[in-house]
Amino acid sequence: MTNTIADIETADVILVTGSNTTENHPVLSTFIKRATLKGKTLIVIDPRKIKLTEYAKKWLRPNLGTDIAWINGLMHVIIEEDLYDKEFIQNRTEGFEQIKETIKKYTPAHVEGITGIPASDIIETARLFAKADKASICYCMGITQHTCGTDNVKSLANLSMLCGHLGKAGGGVNPLRGQNNVQGACDMGGLPNVFTAYQKVDDPGVIKKYETVWGVTGLSNKPGLPVTEMIHKAEKGDFKSLYIIGENPLVSDPDLNHAEKAFKNLDFLVVQDIFLTETAQIADVVLPAFCFAEKNGTFSNTERRVQRVRKAVEAPGFAREDWEITCKIATRMGIPMHYANAGEIFEEIRKVTPSYAGITWNRIENGGIHWPCPTVDHPGTPILHTAQFTRGKGLFHAIEHQPPAELPDAEYPFMLTTGRILYHYHTGSMTMKSEGLNRMSPECFVEISPNDAARLDMSNGETVDVFSRRGKIKAKLAISSKAVDGTIFIPFHFAQAAANRLTNAKLDPVSKIPELKVCAITIQKAA
Amino acid sequence: MNKENIITIDNKQFTFETGETILEVAQKNNIFIPTLCHLKGAIPTGACRVCVVEVKGARDIVPSCSTPAAPGMLVRSESPTVIKARRNIIQLMLASGNHNCAIRDFEPDDWTSFHLKVLKDDNYNELCPAWGDCRLQDLAYRYQVTTKAIPLSASDYPMETVNPFIIRDFSRCILCGRCVQACREIQVNNAIDFGYRGTKAKIVAGTDVSLKDSDCVFCGECVQVCPVAALVPKETFANKKRFSKTEKTRTTCSYCGVGCQIELSVQNNKIVQINGADAEPNHGSLCVKGRYGYDFVASKNRLTTPLVRKDGNLEEATWDEALNLVATRFTDIKAKYGSDSMGVLTSARVTSEENYIAQKFARAVLKTNNIDHCARL
Repeated sequence: MTNTIADIETADVILVTGSNTTENHPVLSTFIKRATLKGKTLIVIDPRKIKLTEYAKKWLRPNLGTDIAWINGLMHVIIEEDLYDKEFIQNRTEGFEQIKETIKKYTPAHVEGITGIPASDIIETARLFAKADKASICYCMGITQHTCGTDNVKSLANLSMLCGHLGKAGGGVNPLRGQNNVQGACDMGGLPNVFTAYQKVDDPGVIKKYETVWGVTGLSNKPGLPVTEMIHKAEKGDFKSLYIIGENPLVSDPDLNHAEKAFKNLDFLVVQDIFLTETAQIADVVLPAFCFAEKNGTFSNTERRVQRVRKAVEAPGFAREDWEITCKIATRMGIPMHYANAGEIFEEIRKVTPSYAGITWNRIENGGIHWPCPTVDHPGTPILHTAQFTRGKGLFHAIEHQPPAELPDAEYPFMLTTGRILYHYHTGSMTMKSEGLNRMSPECFVEISPNDAARLDMSNGETVDVFSRRGKIKAKLAISSKAVDGTIFIPFHFAQAAANRLTNAKLDPVSKIPELKVCAITIQKAA
Repeated sequence: MNKENIITIDNKQFTFETGETILEVAQKNNIFIPTLCHLKGAIPTGACRVCVVEVKGARDIVPSCSTPAAPGMLVRSESPTVIKARRNIIQLMLASGNHNCAIRDFEPDDWTSFHLKVLKDDNYNELCPAWGDCRLQDLAYRYQVTTKAIPLSASDYPMETVNPFIIRDFSRCILCGRCVQACREIQVNNAIDFGYRGTKAKIVAGTDVSLKDSDCVFCGECVQVCPVAALVPKETFANKKRFSKTEKTRTTCSYCGVGCQIELSVQNNKIVQINGADAEPNHGSLCVKGRYGYDFVASKNRLTTPLVRKDGNLEEATWDEALNLVATRFTDIKAKYGSDSMGVLTSARVTSEENYIAQKFARAVLKTNNIDHCARL
């Protein structure tokens, strides 16, 4: 997030899109809901009638995969009605003239044709957003999990820059991160193209620094493969081994039937986890690890706040800490890695990670610090881009609407979108061990609109077969007013009826994120 | 700050910001004023009146939580008049329900012998689950309130136990309204409210249905703020031992990316309760997963020993055996097929320190940048 969680409550207008916040970030949603109690304006732009729409002044319901069109539509109105922030554009950005050209054709009427959002709603929403003193944009996987995910995000940045809502309290473009330490995993270089703090792997200076601190030579300067491409290569037999730590791709990955084949095709698969997950079950070696309550360390949350994790209980049996297991393998492979404790690792992180250099475990004993925090006397950075953007001036990107990779046709007439629900988390390896959570949400469901259900002559609770070009699952029908006609929602948590058997593994060309939010399916009464 | 913004509490002068209540000024300066209904972050209701103080010149004692401090105000926080009023209020509350922690039912006992009796036998008949952790009980003790003269009133409403997380015991509810404020002003879930009138008054969910049939999403904010035992987590009955040693550890929740600060209560190496810590970013709030979804930690299904595939089956192995096998196979594959045929999937679930070690392993040991995690999924 460019801004903090608490900061959201101070915005005059909050635009939430592609985020079912009350279910996926429940505590963060309280800040949004409280803002509406204080008279602040909430705009929700989401194809499903999610809970948050009940708190919203405006709810726009776009067709799946048409985000660029409505964002361009808002910008069209804002430019047309001269509501944009000329001073901000002049001083802080470049590329405005180019997008002005691109945006010309996105008239409210044209946008209505693509998105299904009435032109009058586009106009009203554009005015609300542009006229606000401070407007915050919050988004989540509904924006990113598309073949045009990167362009969707750039479009939101365009919109925010256009109105000068970046780099100040109550504003910002705020991705809500879905996992406890996904921010930390990225910050720590758990990505194929960067070391810690997003330092490029092909930068000779960075490689030199790492080789010195690590006492090794020959670090590769060739960017690696994202997981989606590793799987692709494994399927063809060009990828031989994977060491998986605390992930369960055999439920979470798209097009599971393919992924399963690919994983089984590996020569050697090691899985390190706290449970015998679906992925661990096909491994050659399974290593038992600690869970969060058993170890010391840090997590970085969605607002870049580095916070302490503390040991409260002893781990069961012969389980060991993840870092310790990895170090032991390294040492046995001839590269000794020894640390007395996680705190010692953090000290090494500080040496090679400019944005974490000023953070110490002592400093965050009572409360976390937002990175970047370059020195020990730096207070941390709750709000990014206050004086300038990372690259200097903010660059407008001229972006055209691009349809999803797979759209409904006669054979597969419905759109499928997937996501999470309140009572479960990701692949359920943790939440499905809780009797209470299982009682509240015992099994997968297929959410459908009352109209579609009536048309198919299907009733609530009946078992249905859902097919896509890639797979089939069986689950119970849930008729819901949340659903839009023609679109079906299925949570992806449940291995028994894994929605990802249906999803499309087509990727965004830049971020390599799969298009989990749109594919074409058909639905039938259970055979 | 306005120079005239000076208030005197118990003969000491304090400055205050315009708009601050007497209670806020007192709390800032470590002067104890008891509260029951007052909830941080919510609009003061002045409902319970236990926070009353004496203000010179005022016609009556005033609730400090909803009375703004004023220049030149002279406040007495615990005068005989105030103590008498508080005693009355607490006595009425104790009498309003099943508050058997008072000495009412044990005629010859005093507080000390009652305590000893309870301590001797944890399974004391109908001992309240909040015993020892109840604000009303604390106040009854502080002000030495007895209820012998007042008849006990029973609740018309049966206990609700039909959901998996929260027990609602209306017989112990003092109608302070903290749960309603937590639900409507803090979490803004609007699932519960005051219902009915007079002696029939009750906190209702929806149209007086059970929580599981209402808009309740089991965030448990109401349970955390309940000052008595009207709302208790079900686990308290199942797991938590009242007088066992409890260690509390502040840590970060392991579900979504909000990073709520939580306080784990641990007894005998087992988590028995999770509460929200009053700190950034969540200020005590949690969701149903963060508060109640901790069974996995002590699950019987946890992996406890390395497993190695032999003849197609995963079989238990020693760490030496497993680690040697992994190191040997990785070394062989690296030699035979090259570094770029290998990869590491690190995790958005483990610590940053562990992610750092995982990428160091991929880069320094395997010599490849094939490292990724499920940020996109």
